[in-house]
Amino acid sequence: MTRKQRRLILIGSSLGVLAFAVALVLSSLRDSIVFFNSPSDIADHKAAPGKRVRLGGMVKMGSLERGDNLQIRFEVTDGNKDIPVNYHGIVPDLFREGQGVIAEGHVEPGGTFTADTVLAKHDENYMPREVVDTLKKQGHWQETSAPNASTVKAAAK
Amino acid sequence: MIAELGHYALVLALALALIQSWSPVVGARKGDVALMKLADSTALAQFAFVALAFAALTYCYVVSDFSVVNVYENSHSQMPLVYKFTSVWGNHEGSMLLWVLILAIFGALVALFGANLPAPLKANVLAVQSWIASAFYLFILLTSNPFRRLAEVPAEGRDLNPILQDFGLAVHPPMLYLGYVGFSIAFSFAVAALIEGRIDAAWARWVRPWTLLAWMCLTLGIAMGSYWAYYELGWGGFWFWDPVENASLMPWLAGTALLHSAVVMEKRNSLKVWTILLAILTFSLSLIGTFLVRSGVLTSVHTFSNDPARGLFILVILMVFIGGSLALFAWRAPLLKQGGLFAPISRESALVFNNLFLATACATVFVGTLYPLVLEMLTGEKISVGAPFFNLTFGPLFVPLLIAVPFGPLLAWKRGDLYGVAQRLLAACAVAMVGLAAIFAFEGTQSVLAPFGIGLALFVMAGAVTDIAERIDLRSMSIETIGRRAAGLPRSAWGTAVAHFALGVTLMGLVSASTWGSERIVALKPAQTVPISGYDLSFDGMVSRDGPNYRETAAHFTVRKAGSVIGVMEPSKRVFPSRDGMSTSEAALLTRGVSQLYLSLGDNNADGSIAVRIYHKPLVLLIWLGALVMALGGALSLSDRRLRIGAPKPAARIVAQPAE
Repeated sequence: MTRKQRRLILIGSSLGVLAFAVALVLSSLRDSIVFFNSPSDIADHKAAPGKRVRLGGMVKMGSLERGDNLQIRFEVTDGNKDIPVNYHGIVPDLFREGQGVIAEGHVEPGGTFTADTVLAKHDENYMPREVVDTLKKQGHWQETSAPNASTVKAAAK
Repeated sequence: MIAELGHYALVLALALALIQSWSPVVGARKGDVALMKLADSTALAQFAFVALAFAALTYCYVVSDFSVVNVYENSHSQMPLVYKFTSVWGNHEGSMLLWVLILAIFGALVALFGANLPAPLKANVLAVQSWIASAFYLFILLTSNPFRRLAEVPAEGRDLNPILQDFGLAVHPPMLYLGYVGFSIAFSFAVAALIEGRIDAAWARWVRPWTLLAWMCLTLGIAMGSYWAYYELGWGGFWFWDPVENASLMPWLAGTALLHSAVVMEKRNSLKVWTILLAILTFSLSLIGTFLVRSGVLTSVHTFSNDPARGLFILVILMVFIGGSLALFAWRAPLLKQGGLFAPISRESALVFNNLFLATACATVFVGTLYPLVLEMLTGEKISVGAPFFNLTFGPLFVPLLIAVPFGPLLAWKRGDLYGVAQRLLAACAVAMVGLAAIFAFEGTQSVLAPFGIGLALFVMAGAVTDIAERIDLRSMSIETIGRRAAGLPRSAWGTAVAHFALGVTLMGLVSASTWGSERIVALKPAQTVPISGYDLSFDGMVSRDGPNYRETAAHFTVRKAGSVIGVMEPSKRVFPSRDGMSTSEAALLTRGVSQLYLSLGDNNADGSIAVRIYHKPLVLLIWLGALVMALGGALSLSDRRLRIGAPKPAARIVAQPAE
């Protein structure tokens, strides 16, 4: 076998593997990505009922209700629209009213949101970036609502 | 005073790094030994000054000097001493300081132990190291100064994020950084080789131990991070396909490929260009990892704060180093001479196969991690790519790779006999089949893929045993022969077999814990009992106690199996008054063999019951034990005599070795 033939085999098989990977990536990207929506998006019917989406915003003050058997209801707000969310299970430690939250699940035909995953932040000063963007878009974001070191920075020399 | 000293030391380190950035290169060009030797001294001095800066910051933490912003924001006078040490790097500024400290350590190690390197190569390597170091010193000094003072000294610190108040913080970041930064050595060697336009098998022999060391640390770092997330975050998961996790997985995949391609280069003087490219890519991925984590473009526990200036700065560093090195590669790589030939069926080809699949798997992770960022930049659409994507792409690419693992070491160099190897693997195959059948028999067909996963794991493990059995001639049945052969077998061969075996172990843990685990989420009142996977857990009641800087409420559980008590478990909630009452859940783990029972607490309900997550995770510890053993395999290989004493000196090297 000549050097050229060997190289052809090598290049051919590499391209084969690469094509296989590209096919895998494209097919799974179509099925498994999840879009991020603000409460306003959901209210505008941007997400089809039953489709898996993420909903991000703030947990509305006074909206949290704990039912029987670990059933939880709360509303996610971006200041303009509120979307009621149903969740069954245990919420993260930092899940609180008035704090940022991301819920993953689907919209019910009636307009409520059924979540199977609830993500909160890992730090009490920290707000998920998607949520910050959502609030900024709705004009409800003040830089001071991120106590994230900015207050301290002002005091620093 | 101490903080200013640290700051000053860091500035001095930058000055030294700037000198070291050009003098050795000029020296290597002109053959000026004095200029080249200068790099040794500056590398050591740089290390000394960065260590001083790091010690200064550590001192500020230990004595709780809250006039330093960094200490004020991340420490508390009541915090246990060990966390005062670890919180030095539990924040953005400090972790970058740790980054450059490790970079300086590696630079000093090359200066100290690189005596057998050709002088120009060593000089260029140290210069490239210094380019990286200068960039990061500048980054710290300009955007992330950990020594900044406050005008008014607060009485108390704001405490470290409670999630980080854990032993994991002592191990995970340093190990991970040792891995990330360790790959900078391979990068520097690659760039130095490109500058010189020459590369040979000896080059690979010098690069391999450094890569191996970095790879071991990264393996341990990732495993520790995964175990930490598993017990700290309270949902029992060990891998989330979070972008930040992917950021550490990508250099690991590329680094694993690099380890294997360096073997081909060392043994057969082949795959030179590819190895150089991999060395560049591996460190580039480490830089991208640092960027993703530190710039705040991602939301995660690792993102301490997002200051756009920092993100931009790291992005510039990223573009200069990745773009620059790839351009240099495109320009100089054609100079490198082609190496030895090999047949399509040979050890070399097996290693190419390994590289092909590892690189492709790495590329799919790259796409899945960066696609959301690119899409948002282009269209403003926010998406998340989660576990389903990676399971669908990563999985199918890893299966052929794992099937090939036992074949590789059994194939001969240059021209192998696939049929012969397959025959020798019959026993391993039989083991896998028996395992597969047994699992179908006991567990039924509720999951079809999982038994095949276990079969594959057994095949990989048995294949590693076969490799050793063949090499020590186990079939001869003569203890004398076996003993002699085993003693004579190079440690790197043992290392290979051990690491490959460990791969099977990890796979077995992954498959078992994710398929046959059980999960129950229940609301419990005292004196109630829950059964799970043959265990009975009875909730006895709540206990409260005070920790050093938190208040803890624990639920006391008694665990019984077949009526007899086998242990108690106390999952708890900790409330940290210093952090505005932020609370964390501390999961309780009960280990039985390599399986675990896992309990974590949720909220109290109105009716007096408490929400509890209960998991049974069969064989879950194998995941991390496998990683430990894998690193052990790396250590065995690293201790191989041939690597320690370096390459047999290419005798006719005309370069003047300076007299010591």
